[in-house]
Amino acid sequence: MEERKALIEVQGLRKFFPVKKGGFKKTYVQAVDNVSLTIQKGETLGLVGESGCGKTTLGRTILRLYEPTAGKIIYDGTDITKGKMLPYRRKMQIIFQDPSASLDPRMTVGEIVGEAIDIHHLASNKNERRELIEDLLDKVGLNTEHSNRYPHEFSGGQQQRIGIARALAVRPEFIVCDEPISALDVSIQSQIVNMLEDMQTEQGLTYLFIAHDLSVVRHISNRIGVMYLGNLVELASSYELNKHPLHPYSKTLLSAVPVPDPRVSRERKRIVLEGDVPSPINPPAGCRFHTRCPYATPRCSESTPELREVESGHFVACHLV
Amino acid sequence: MKKKLLSMQPDIEPILKMNEPYTPVPEDFEKAAESEKESFITKAKSVSYWADAWRRLRKNKVAMVALVVIIMLFLFAFIGPLFTNYSYSIQMRGEENWPPFWEKPSDSVLRKAEQDGITFNKWLHPLGTDNLGRDNLTRLMYGTRISLSIGIVATLIVVIIGSIVGSIAGYAGGAVDVVIMRITEIIYSVPDILIVLLLSTALKATLTEYINSSTGWWPQFLNTLGGNLVGIFITFGLIYWVSMSRIIRGQVLMLKQQEYVTAARALGASSGRIIKRHLLPNCIGQLVVTACLQIPSAIFLESFLSFLGMGVSAPLTSLGSMASDGLSGLYTYPYRLVVPAVILSVLILSFNLFGDGLRDALDPRLKK
Amino acid sequence: MEEKKTKLLEVKDLRVSFFTPAGEVKAVGGISYDLNDGEVMGIVGESGSGKSVEAYSIIGLLQSPGKVVGGSILFEGENVLEFSEQRMRNFRGNEVSMIFQNPMTCLNPVYTIGNQLIEALRCHNAEVTHKEAYDRAREMLELVGIHDSARRMKQYPHELSGGMRQRVMIAMGLICSPKLLIADEPTTALDVTIQAQILELMKDIRQKTGMAIIFITHNLGVVADICDKISVMYAGKIVEQGSVDEIFYNPSHPYTKGLLRSMPRVDAEQYERLIPIEGTPVDMLNPPEGCPFGPRCEHCMKVCLKHNPPNISISDGHTAACWLLSMPKKEGE
Repeated sequence: MEERKALIEVQGLRKFFPVKKGGFKKTYVQAVDNVSLTIQKGETLGLVGESGCGKTTLGRTILRLYEPTAGKIIYDGTDITKGKMLPYRRKMQIIFQDPSASLDPRMTVGEIVGEAIDIHHLASNKNERRELIEDLLDKVGLNTEHSNRYPHEFSGGQQQRIGIARALAVRPEFIVCDEPISALDVSIQSQIVNMLEDMQTEQGLTYLFIAHDLSVVRHISNRIGVMYLGNLVELASSYELNKHPLHPYSKTLLSAVPVPDPRVSRERKRIVLEGDVPSPINPPAGCRFHTRCPYATPRCSESTPELREVESGHFVACHLV
Repeated sequence: MKKKLLSMQPDIEPILKMNEPYTPVPEDFEKAAESEKESFITKAKSVSYWADAWRRLRKNKVAMVALVVIIMLFLFAFIGPLFTNYSYSIQMRGEENWPPFWEKPSDSVLRKAEQDGITFNKWLHPLGTDNLGRDNLTRLMYGTRISLSIGIVATLIVVIIGSIVGSIAGYAGGAVDVVIMRITEIIYSVPDILIVLLLSTALKATLTEYINSSTGWWPQFLNTLGGNLVGIFITFGLIYWVSMSRIIRGQVLMLKQQEYVTAARALGASSGRIIKRHLLPNCIGQLVVTACLQIPSAIFLESFLSFLGMGVSAPLTSLGSMASDGLSGLYTYPYRLVVPAVILSVLILSFNLFGDGLRDALDPRLKK
Repeated sequence: MEEKKTKLLEVKDLRVSFFTPAGEVKAVGGISYDLNDGEVMGIVGESGSGKSVEAYSIIGLLQSPGKVVGGSILFEGENVLEFSEQRMRNFRGNEVSMIFQNPMTCLNPVYTIGNQLIEALRCHNAEVTHKEAYDRAREMLELVGIHDSARRMKQYPHELSGGMRQRVMIAMGLICSPKLLIADEPTTALDVTIQAQILELMKDIRQKTGMAIIFITHNLGVVADICDKISVMYAGKIVEQGSVDEIFYNPSHPYTKGLLRSMPRVDAEQYERLIPIEGTPVDMLNPPEGCPFGPRCEHCMKVCLKHNPPNISISDGHTAACWLLSMPKKEGE
């Protein structure tokens, strides 16, 4: 791969949510803690992890839908951590997990897709606006007659297409895909994945693809980041991570993915983790994974491992590697 | 299926056909054209939110009966006066204290009519007249009209104030929310009736003064309505927006977590736009239901005030003041109390039942 | 497996319809299958394919607009559909039990775990003493891998994590030692690592207790892992059934083929574009009169749009409902 320009640079990003507990002491959910990564122009960065690991929060904090607690977000060379977001809303978009919840039930498809056009004044008159909407619907494989219908009249896959059309309406450069296919039927998932890929090649989009399903992330991403309890524990090219995962958590995650192949799944040995993910309110000291890690040493509970480059382009945060 | 309607024999042919596997002919194995496939993809009928709600509401018999009663009362109050020959304030000499059609006139009534040269006819005043010789039926129509208007206008005020304050509190959150909610709690904690009585007394003086001192169309308009009536609107609006704003705030708090609101924020929509385009339209079901249940309580409050003599000023009347007038002659003329009281009860009951039905119809949880 | 197989469950031409205001929805349109003692059958299908409805009708928990309109469900030779209310209550729990997708909504938040487990046992066997029930409940918790069972018995559902709750649900399903366990998407709401735990647990339990399991899911990977045989459902019909290996290595119905092909391959050495099934799922209010998959099928023929395909046997226990299979062989191939 040739050296590509970084579109997004995240440096030491933190997002804590305050939680109310009895008494005067304020506690925080440490949803994202000290995450640094770069996303290159035109690539797809996959982000995997279990629920509550902060991957969704990270995606939304990059878009400043949540205000970051600390750290820096740099978009195409400009620091966008503070200040007006409106000009950048045109460049960065998001696609959601639950297509039915992400579409306003009282608006027609045309209104939903047209909203972005109105906000950013992308059309000079009604005719142009209508053409733009029809063009977008056509692009995502929907019938242009559909623009007067309401979201609940569509199937999940079609609703997701509407959501994608809305995101594309502002002609963005970067899209956060927040589990865009996990709520869809199996036979529809691949349609959406293919469409996202087509859009990327056509318009040179950059994706941050968040999912808990490793098999799809593996398919669509150039590089994959693995998150655990607010930390980025491993970051490597899709192929590398698949073949040589280094962090014990990545190994577990890979082995836990059900394989649609009975012979393979009969033979392989799963690494089954004991216990559950600890609470992000009081995460374990040191390496956050040490409570469940089968290889944990005393050192792991004392000092936090830094994310370091082990091989070219392969980053991992573990004392044992 | 219903081929032979009269035949007692079970229609077995199609059943046999169903079980018998179809033997295909070679032409059947030709590839189907794309267009042929498409014709089998049926399109669902487009049903809007309101059409769907109306379908559910229509099934609710109680709510539909209530709706019909409400419509009839509206016709009675707003169209009815066109068909009577009297106005609510005209006093007819010699026609005082006429009984309703189902009672025999007393000797004194007949004698009085005779003195003034009027022949008694019970259909002249089907519900009789009051002690000043005003037609009871006409007064009842105007009274209902006043009660209905107060209910609706006061509720409108409540809806407007309540939804604006509620959505701001809910959407802004934080300190704004805390301040607004503390204010509502203070208003909540003061006894309603006390405030209403104090306010309407206080407003009466200022309003009368304003109407009498200034000229122009607006004070004129207020004058026709009567200072008291306007006072009631204002009082009601000032007190009851509290519960409305709490309901809207709760809804907004829930709705703003929805992903489509996040999506709108990601598109760069301003707060005003989000409230106007996304939050309020999605509260509308709740809003309509709460408003519908607010109307009867407004009507009730007005009647209550009028009954106490704090309501509309004579000669204008309302159901409450008619009941109050009727109370004085309860033993001699019971119908003067009973008739307005029954109409009032039916009105309030129908609005409540209709509101309940509306809630069921608009509740998305029951949505199929 | 062993030769000695007894038929536990026999579903024959089961039809379930939902009578909605918009019309009759044939959620299950005539499905038949057998389940032997100790067998694990997977029912795979998309949302709305009728896979859950079918399971609910087995244990008589079909919700109001839904009704069984035809067919029979024989459990050890008895027709479940003719059970009285009393018999059905006894049947549920004692002979068949069910675990659900969302463990939180299935546990009562105001009772402790122990209380609910004991209750589940005692309402079926009145003669069990409290002490016995308590011991049995703890034994069950140990079985599902909850080791500090004495402490857990005193906890409330909200104190447990999602994976723990699902374990408790499984323990509750197993406490009356039923012969059949119906698991309706038991791992869908869970994370992959927890899903792996639960799947290992279910395999383990199956080995220990030897009960039959019907495993309903949309995830082919899960099915490959745990099941002996698979029924693939589409729009209320079983389009293909057979042993796991037959389904995965010799799929015969275009829908099954399409599903398998549309998933990203695990062992892909380099990027391969996915091959999706085109089109959208059927509108169950207006299903096509012929094969329900017809309008989305790449091989769709004239006959497919007009007539329902028959079940055609491919090999022992492997059947598929597709006209392609009864196509007269000609032109070389």
